[in-house]
Amino acid sequence: MAKKKFVVGCFDDEDLLFPAVKKVRTVGYKIHDIYTPFPVHGLDHAMGLRETSLHTAGFIYGITGTTTALSCISWILTKDWPLNIGGKPHFALPAWIPITFELTVLFAAVGMVLTFCYLCQLAPFVKKHRFHLRATDDLFVMVIECTDKTNTDDLKSFLSNAGAVETELQIAEADWWVGSYDKDEVPFENTNEIAA
Amino acid sequence: MHLKYESQLREPLVSGNKNYHQVTEDIIRPIEAKPSKLWYVGFFTAVALLMFGVYSVYREVTYGIGQWNLNKTIGWGWDITNFVWWVGIGHAGTLISAVLLLFRQGWRTGVNRAAEAMTIFAVMCAGQFPIFHMGRVWMAFFVMPYPNSRGPLWVNFNSPLLWDVFAISTYFTVSLLFWYSGLLPDFATVRDRATTKLRKKLYGTAAFGWSGSAKHWQRHESLSLVLAGLSTPLVLSVHTIVSFDFATSVIPGWHTTIFPPYFVAGAIFSGFAMVQSLLLIVRKVFALEDYITLGHIEAMNKVIVLTGSVVGIAYLTELFMGWYSQNKYEGYTFWYSRAYLFSPYGWSYWGMMACNVISPQIFWFRKMRRNIYVTFFMSIIVNIGMWFERFVIIVTSLYRDYLPSSWSVYYSPTIYEIGFYLGTFGLFFTCFFLFAKYFPVIAVAEIKFVLKTTGENYKEKMGHLEHVPAEVFAHSGHGHTVVENHGSN
Repeated sequence: MAKKKFVVGCFDDEDLLFPAVKKVRTVGYKIHDIYTPFPVHGLDHAMGLRETSLHTAGFIYGITGTTTALSCISWILTKDWPLNIGGKPHFALPAWIPITFELTVLFAAVGMVLTFCYLCQLAPFVKKHRFHLRATDDLFVMVIECTDKTNTDDLKSFLSNAGAVETELQIAEADWWVGSYDKDEVPFENTNEIAA
Repeated sequence: MHLKYESQLREPLVSGNKNYHQVTEDIIRPIEAKPSKLWYVGFFTAVALLMFGVYSVYREVTYGIGQWNLNKTIGWGWDITNFVWWVGIGHAGTLISAVLLLFRQGWRTGVNRAAEAMTIFAVMCAGQFPIFHMGRVWMAFFVMPYPNSRGPLWVNFNSPLLWDVFAISTYFTVSLLFWYSGLLPDFATVRDRATTKLRKKLYGTAAFGWSGSAKHWQRHESLSLVLAGLSTPLVLSVHTIVSFDFATSVIPGWHTTIFPPYFVAGAIFSGFAMVQSLLLIVRKVFALEDYITLGHIEAMNKVIVLTGSVVGIAYLTELFMGWYSQNKYEGYTFWYSRAYLFSPYGWSYWGMMACNVISPQIFWFRKMRRNIYVTFFMSIIVNIGMWFERFVIIVTSLYRDYLPSSWSVYYSPTIYEIGFYLGTFGLFFTCFFLFAKYFPVIAVAEIKFVLKTTGENYKEKMGHLEHVPAEVFAHSGHGHTVVENHGSN
């Protein structure tokens, strides 16, 4: 939890973003993140992010649901309290399919959403620094993390040349904290010095 | 690179030369403005209906099911009719957001948010009926399978009524999660342009700290796709299971294998009609004609005429089987209790036929599909027809059973039965009015996502390409053919 120095470059067209990302990465700057108002397809690849494994997690949650349903129902109806319904078999698998299916879907969906929220640090009362307010409106905001060797002026003009309409130096906390968006509180007050 | 060009033949999904900021402005502005007088009138009318519903339910809970006119053979009446009707309406939202996402139907972006909201509210209304039909509603938790001190006496997992409990609650939960995860980025948009303290606080909380990070979007995309993939069989399963409530019984008129597809088609049919009724009002009131275009309305009318005809075929198949099976109980139910106009409930069957099968056929004409007044009128008619359908299925099968001595007297509802139904209208519209005022009624981020490929300005820019022959595309790429390019790599 420490504040860091960032150079922020704002683009107003996602088509300019791709060559800019390529340039920035070739030169060797470290992209902290890019904030966009909507999902820009291919941006994750351009930035070199790895594929998400969220769907794998979803699959695991799903089969957890399947096994939960089947094991619970079969134990209840064959061992714990077998009911004789017209002499029909206690292990009535076809009749259990609907609930098994529903629980598979339920576990997968709930598990995935919770995992998604955990990975992206999303929850009520979570607050994060906003590098640009228009990042959720119409700007594509590239945030580059500076080291102590970075010449920020050079970086700013580099971004402008790459097509950024606005560039800015910001010292900000990049982590999340508990807070409200109507207050301008300073998170983690003791760590005001810039981490290198 | 992806091939981004979409044919000029398709009309734009967003009309007017919009840029990203204008999209935000158009959709978010109504949230920031004060509600109009008309909104208050509508909202308080809905609340009044809801209050009457609460009173009707209070009567039923206090004095028992006798407050309704259910009788010895008609054990299910208006309550289950309304339940099935609301669940059916609740199918369009997830169908639009999930199935049409998988089918890559771009037009879903304009309507999915409101349709999903409608789904959630409709399922909330639907749930009230079976719960209060239990009579002793304070025992409702008995449907939950948990180790209890009553034996433990478990629920019957082989019963379609219990499948319903699981199906509806899963459907509600998954729809809610799908809807809310889509709302997060849009709440963040409202939060970031908020000017008042209260709005910053509320939308800041509601947005869960969404930032729009590239990694988060990547996960969000993956989440939406998988949720859509899960919801698609889910939406089909829910009304299938509702139809099992009937189909697994031995009542003539219910005991048919055609029920699952027939119920699903009917659900889509009535759901789309309800979406039309609501969106035609929303687009007018909030001036969103550029986003919910005539093209959207036409697309939904096509779904209505398709599913209406599927339902029509199902009705005819049932009639045919009523004769072909040579089962006299089936024959009596289908050819006397239903299809004979002058039987006690014949009016409801022919009302259903007129509303669901005959009248939607006007949507074969493009002019009618694109006429707002006709669409609005038809959307109401279809929903009346679909209510009749459930009434026909339930009441005409129950009022005369195998034993003529127990044939019941004519069933008509009491004021509290009707009041319960009106009350769910109140609940539905109270929620919908709040949603329309305080939530982005159109998915802002999704519109922006398709804006470049389907917006009007983009279409115009690409217009000249329409006349270019196909070979030119094949040999583009700096004079090389595609094959050569491939080789040189």
